[in-house]
Amino acid sequence: MNPAMQRWGERAWGALLVGLITLFIVNVGLMVAAVATNSFARRWLGTWLPDGYTTAWYASAWKEFQLGDVLWVTVEVVLAVVVLSILIGVPAAYALARREFVGKRLVLLLFLLPLIIPPFTYGIPFATVMYRVGLAGTLPGVILANLIPALPFVILVMTPFIEQIDPNLESAARVFGAGTARMFIYVLAPLLMPGILAAALLVLVRTIGLFELTFLTAGPDSQTLVVALYYAVFAAGVRAPQSVDAMAIVYMVVTLVWLLLALRFVNPTQLVSRVREQPAH
Amino acid sequence: MNAAERVTRPALIDPAWLLVGPAVLFLLLLFVYPFLYGFALSFQPAEGDWFANYQKFFTDSRAWRTLITTFGLALPVTVINVGFALPIAFRLRRRTTYQRWITTLLVVPITLGTVLIADGMLTYFGPRGWLAQTLQLLHLYDGPIRLTHNYWGVLISLVISGFPFAFLLLLSYVTGIDPVLARAAATLGANRWNQFLHIYLPLLAPGLAITFCLVFVQAFSVFPSAVLVGAPSGSTRVISIAAYEAAFENYDYAMASTVAMIMGFAQLIVVAVVLALRRAFYRGPVSGGKG
Amino acid sequence: MPHDFKQLRLDRVSRRFANPSGAVHTAVDALSATIPRGEFVALLGPSGCGKSTVLNCIAGLLPLSDGAIWLDERRIDVLPPERRGFGMVFQNYALFPHMSVRANVGFGLRMRGTPAAEAARRVAKAFALVQLEGHEDKLPGQLSGGQQQRVAIARAIVIEPPLLLMDEPLSNLDAKLRLEMRGEIRRIHRELGRSTIYVTHDQDEAVSLADRIVVLQDGRVQQIATPQEVYAQPANIDVARFMGYRNVLDVKVEEARSTGVVVSGDGMWLTGVVKQTLAGARAYAAIRPEEITVGASGVNLIEGRIENVEYGGRDSLVDVRTASGLVLHARMPGKPAPGDTVQLTVPPERVLVYPHGSEP
Repeated sequence: MNPAMQRWGERAWGALLVGLITLFIVNVGLMVAAVATNSFARRWLGTWLPDGYTTAWYASAWKEFQLGDVLWVTVEVVLAVVVLSILIGVPAAYALARREFVGKRLVLLLFLLPLIIPPFTYGIPFATVMYRVGLAGTLPGVILANLIPALPFVILVMTPFIEQIDPNLESAARVFGAGTARMFIYVLAPLLMPGILAAALLVLVRTIGLFELTFLTAGPDSQTLVVALYYAVFAAGVRAPQSVDAMAIVYMVVTLVWLLLALRFVNPTQLVSRVREQPAH
Repeated sequence: MNAAERVTRPALIDPAWLLVGPAVLFLLLLFVYPFLYGFALSFQPAEGDWFANYQKFFTDSRAWRTLITTFGLALPVTVINVGFALPIAFRLRRRTTYQRWITTLLVVPITLGTVLIADGMLTYFGPRGWLAQTLQLLHLYDGPIRLTHNYWGVLISLVISGFPFAFLLLLSYVTGIDPVLARAAATLGANRWNQFLHIYLPLLAPGLAITFCLVFVQAFSVFPSAVLVGAPSGSTRVISIAAYEAAFENYDYAMASTVAMIMGFAQLIVVAVVLALRRAFYRGPVSGGKG
Repeated sequence: MPHDFKQLRLDRVSRRFANPSGAVHTAVDALSATIPRGEFVALLGPSGCGKSTVLNCIAGLLPLSDGAIWLDERRIDVLPPERRGFGMVFQNYALFPHMSVRANVGFGLRMRGTPAAEAARRVAKAFALVQLEGHEDKLPGQLSGGQQQRVAIARAIVIEPPLLLMDEPLSNLDAKLRLEMRGEIRRIHRELGRSTIYVTHDQDEAVSLADRIVVLQDGRVQQIATPQEVYAQPANIDVARFMGYRNVLDVKVEEARSTGVVVSGDGMWLTGVVKQTLAGARAYAAIRPEEITVGASGVNLIEGRIENVEYGGRDSLVDVRTASGLVLHARMPGKPAPGDTVQLTVPPERVLVYPHGSEP
């Protein structure tokens, strides 16, 4: 293949890939735009744009789906999950990053499994147990359910972060007279803060969108926003699609606000990468 | 912490266990135990022998068909997602503004989640949505388009949520390969295609296998899409629906556990096969030169 | 790619790129040089001088902003690296971690479609040349740094390239291994006779290996000369500083004669030779520590007190402070005692005088 043809071939290939990505992004964007437009539409039946615009659907959705209560539940669940997963997860990550101990590989496997096995697979048995102990349909039950993937996620995000901190810093602190508590307060905690913030934001965004586990364990008054949305779409034949879409927009805005906040502190790939990124040389 | 903890090998009662303990305990109680409980429960049917539930599953055609339906969705979706993600991630392996924009934009569908995507699809991909109108306008397709409430709806929804995931995962693997290796290959006479074939692909093989497994496993446990944009009692009656129905409509928790176990086992088999195939390739570090 | 060629010619080669802040940075500025066949040329300079950039441009890994590269009458800077056929040894070796050492070395032959039997023969010959027989089936990760180095060299030479490019290949080795490998590279060059372009920041390496040295700083050529010349007659003050002329005195030009120049400064009067046309009343005088000897006769006499002594076995690096407070670095035999007064002298032809702001 002569060089000119090869260059042309490469350009065509590149153009194809660019075209595919653009097609994907454009379609997804339009999809979101369609939902947004519909939520503001007075009536919309098969034309390019709706007949008229109104914000009344938001008010009706708020009442109909009790969005106030649902949002409050979501806040409680997400806050509890973030705080608990950080409190339990960071010390565990520290131990994994710094120490060798008997059974370390088993523990690592234990932390990896909830992230690899999809929520529905272990959610069904978990919901069964919740039912048996009477926690099914309660807020604590939902919080516990969401903690299962959140805790390992915090650990897996924090461990490489802690490994990056030079262990000599801790030794230096000790040599210069700091006991464990002061070493933690003056040296370790400040260095950990950015990582903890990043992990907290990532867990927050993931938990807002986590559907399956809450769906399987929630009761009518312990639904998070995403589960309430599911039920609304499910009953879309009964309810006006515009109010469902209004609720969808509320959900989207909530999610995107936190996502944008999180992206200021973290690399987008950390949201999904379940394996440690190899540093590029 | 004082001189008493000075040991030359990890002690059995290691203070590290104090730090790791709560997390381990939590997961043992809420992850491992329910799993084992469910496993045991699957062998305790309401009536019949210990294997009765499994037998019921595999003899009831409506039941075991869900396996075929689910595979029929998960495998093509995984092949599509990974197949498209690989060349695009490879093309965007250099850290340019374009790459950063694409990466950020593609995080959005993953974050929004399958429920919102399903709702969006009903509006946009529906028979009177913008896509249908555009296709009609461009005379690409006449007549009603049926991309929702059927197999295609679920497929599209899984691609929308799964492709960005595959892309981001593969991107993290591709950027972990030292680019100097490709340069070295170039000086030895390898053109772009040979560089990909002999250098990048073998080094990507482990990551590719892991990505395939994770994407497949995620697609296999599809639920909200199958219900909202699929035909949950017909062509997209996936195995998670069967499990859900057993638990929440029939209140037969034993049967639900059985289905969940079968679901997990099917995923395990596919993962094992893919990882076994991967062993044919290289399995070591991905940086060149001095380790 | 022709394997016989008369010369490689760099014709006003330039490479510019934009900083993240948007400013344009010139890494290589109009570099011109001619390298005849069989010669070992060292590109020498401090970090950031552009030497690696030049090498990458010759290899085709970076495009030129200006200028051209010619192999005899053929212009090669328009070709991609895979079509230039040069062998390259990278600083971090860049061995393919997933291939055995044998497959690594044979990779270039495989890309050229060399028949298997012939390839095996040449690979075996390359292994013998770098003295690494017996390790062919190992993975690169199982070898030591020095062994990986040899594999990288074998991989580059087995394709019998007209030109061998080496990018600071020894910088990741410890001192003893570096010395050993230097000898190896010299031996291989003698046996193969291939043209080699060798990038380094270590002047000892350049001086010991090269037939000619190209000294670079800030992307510009400072001097192209034999090692002897660069060592003893650096073209300007920056080259002198780089080549180990540790004593650089800021002096006033007193008298310029045909036989030399008289300069004064720091309470001394010295006679030296002008290396570059002087401009203005002030200049630099550069003197090597090795060329300052103990003595009381001669044109240039310096008296001072010994301050610091760095013992090196055969001789010592000594800091001598003169009455005016200037510290000179000199070499003295044995191990002198700090605090002693000493009389030093330096021959006038070894006092090199350069103008201020001397850059070509």
